[in-house]
Amino acid sequence: MAEAIKVPTMAEYMAQGKSPEVLFWVGCAGSFDDRAKKITKAFVKLLAKAGVDFAVLGTEESCTGDPAKRAGNEFLFQMQAVTNIEVLNAYDVKKIVTACPHCFNTIANEYPGLGGNYEVLHHTQFLKTLIKEERLTVEGGKFKGKRITFHDPCYLARANRIYEAPRELLEKLEVELVEMKRCKTKGFCCGAGGAQMFKEPEPGTKDVNIARTEEALETKSEVIAAACPFCNTMMTDGVKNKEKEDAVAVMDIAEMIASAEDL
Amino acid sequence: MQYLPNILFVIALAAGVGFFVFNIKKLIRNIKLGRDEDRTDNKAQRFKNMAKIALGQYKMVVRPVSGIIHVLVYLGFIIINLEVLEIIIDGIFGTHRIFSFLGGFYDFLIAVFEIFALLVLVGVIIFWIRRNILHIKRFLNREMKGWPKLDANLILYFEVVLMLLFLTMNAADLTLQTKGAEHYASAEGIVGAFPVSQFIAPFFENLSIPTLIVIERAAWWIHILGILVFLNYLYYSKHLHILLAFPNTYFARLKPQGQFDNLEAVTNEVKLMMDPEADPYAMPEEGAEDEVPAKFGASEATDLSWAQLLNAYTCTECGRCTSECPANQTGKKLSPRRIMMATRDRIEDIGKNIDANKGTFKEDGKQLLDDYISREELWACTTCNACVEACPVGINPLSIIMDMRQYLVMEQSAAPTDLNNAMTNIENNAAPWPFNQMDRANWISEN
Ligand code: HEM
Ligand code: SF4
Ligand code: SF4
Repeated sequence: MAEAIKVPTMAEYMAQGKSPEVLFWVGCAGSFDDRAKKITKAFVKLLAKAGVDFAVLGTEESCTGDPAKRAGNEFLFQMQAVTNIEVLNAYDVKKIVTACPHCFNTIANEYPGLGGNYEVLHHTQFLKTLIKEERLTVEGGKFKGKRITFHDPCYLARANRIYEAPRELLEKLEVELVEMKRCKTKGFCCGAGGAQMFKEPEPGTKDVNIARTEEALETKSEVIAAACPFCNTMMTDGVKNKEKEDAVAVMDIAEMIASAEDL
Repeated sequence: MQYLPNILFVIALAAGVGFFVFNIKKLIRNIKLGRDEDRTDNKAQRFKNMAKIALGQYKMVVRPVSGIIHVLVYLGFIIINLEVLEIIIDGIFGTHRIFSFLGGFYDFLIAVFEIFALLVLVGVIIFWIRRNILHIKRFLNREMKGWPKLDANLILYFEVVLMLLFLTMNAADLTLQTKGAEHYASAEGIVGAFPVSQFIAPFFENLSIPTLIVIERAAWWIHILGILVFLNYLYYSKHLHILLAFPNTYFARLKPQGQFDNLEAVTNEVKLMMDPEADPYAMPEEGAEDEVPAKFGASEATDLSWAQLLNAYTCTECGRCTSECPANQTGKKLSPRRIMMATRDRIEDIGKNIDANKGTFKEDGKQLLDDYISREELWACTTCNACVEACPVGINPLSIIMDMRQYLVMEQSAAPTDLNNAMTNIENNAAPWPFNQMDRANWISEN
């Protein structure tokens, strides 16, 4: 990174005989997808600013298996899960934070049955705690008073009932939050879940991400706030398809906070 | 001959209840064709869900118009059934309004029944208008053509006729009491209060007592026979929900919606593969073979669990799931309601097949996959859980979709090509994209 923030790996911590406060689970999108890497970097900047003692698995991390499981390949899923759990348990990991709701859901709900028991937090929950503990301060800055809508990721809001944490962060940014007509546990999918991200959609009249983008655009917001790298891609594509990319930005909440703080 | 009506009534009652019990037994047999699944944990939470969602109609009122009208019809039904108890006792013993000894309280009860009968009538008429005149989208999907549409309307006609008969019967009874007819009139004056049927009674004023008795008896008989017929209609209809909503909400899944069950059979195999100590050629222990399932996932209704089959029989075909489904709302073939209806159709066909072949299933060249539910439908699902969230009776259409996908992928390797590529990538480089795992931390040094 430009500012050369140090991102230590678990292996490095282990070599020093130490363990970090929290493991940052980056996820496949966060590691490889160009758009999602920006979210990863923004979140890392916030972690560094708050002085959080964190580490990543680096090359020892592998796909949680979420897309395999939801495609129906339980076998591949469990292979991935068992491999990851072995690594995590070997490092005696207790607490995990991730910016991906799919990784979050899989590790929090589906790993315990296979021997992986950790405290798992979505990055919006973790950031909220950092602010509450006054380790991180957030002021409105450039988003103050701006019309912003939030797209709830299915695997966060509906699947795990987490919809307040991201909204509390937006509140801290002093934005004017405009809800879409379907939100929170009744939110409308971006179209990426269930491994749809990795295949062509079935024949239909419209793509799901276009339908959701239309709902978001109806709010006349300047920013569509997201909290999932896959939703982010889907909504970004939707906005481009509607030729609105000059008027409307799609940003992860971590990016919004980092940019408000001029990090 | 004096007791002929009583005898006929008892025969009708026994036949009606008997056939109902026969059908319920068949229903339970069919549900038990499903695979075993433990849904007995956490009883307190289960009772709470049943009380809230079925008894309390908690999720119905999310859609205020149909929800509130349904609450009226539902309450009306339960309350008016108290009166059916009196009707049955009167029928067996030839008495007239056996509970009238309750005095003022009886008047109150009858008044309440009448008011609810009127409310049910109004509610059902609004339901009919919503279905047949207002073009409400969720009633118009392709799976609602033919029998499902007729079924929905028949239920409403049934209710209208029953309520009208109930009120007609009361109006004739009131007139007979007023005229002092034998058997009807009581020394205590008029028994029962008739806030609704008193407005029908004036039409009967000029009729003779024998004519009135014919009207009263006819209404009484058709009403109670109608109820018995309706009771037996349930098994063939989405109206079965009035019974099954209760067990279905009790047995509904309690885990977070995002948590999909880990297949135990797969866990065992994976453990074996990962364990360097394991001897792959070891003889299986005695009986161990039975534990390995014949197949992964579901291609047939009987591969589903009993809880999923109970779901299918409970479905009210309301389409709240489908109207929230992102795939369906963007024109894909998938409709979670249709998944439930197709599952019910298939398990019914299997049940009928078993009945026709003296208790054993005879291969009929069909299965749930392809013949009832297409692959195109299964692959359109985003696993978003919107259908699960929307269902007011605790049904999980997504779990059936997932089980069938598991069959397609693990038994048939029949995933769409793009997905196969993604899965090969996960297998080879631990990410759904073709990147090397060794490059996973490159973002740290990139700018
Ligand atoms: C026990 C007495 C009940 C009666 C007499 C009853 C009656 C009815 C009727 C007449 C309809 C058809 C409405 C239409 O045509 O649109 C209906 C639909 C429905 N009922 Fe019931 N019901 C009962 C119990 C329940 C229970 C316990 C539940 C659980 C919450 C339930 C859930 C539903 C649902 C979801 C629909 C579809 C209606 C819609 O939203 O379109 N019912 N019911
Ligand atoms: S989980 Fe699947 S079937 Fe259910 S609403 Fe979402 S896309 Fe539709
Ligand atoms: S599954 Fe539930 S929401 Fe869908 S049609 Fe059946 S009862 Fe209605």
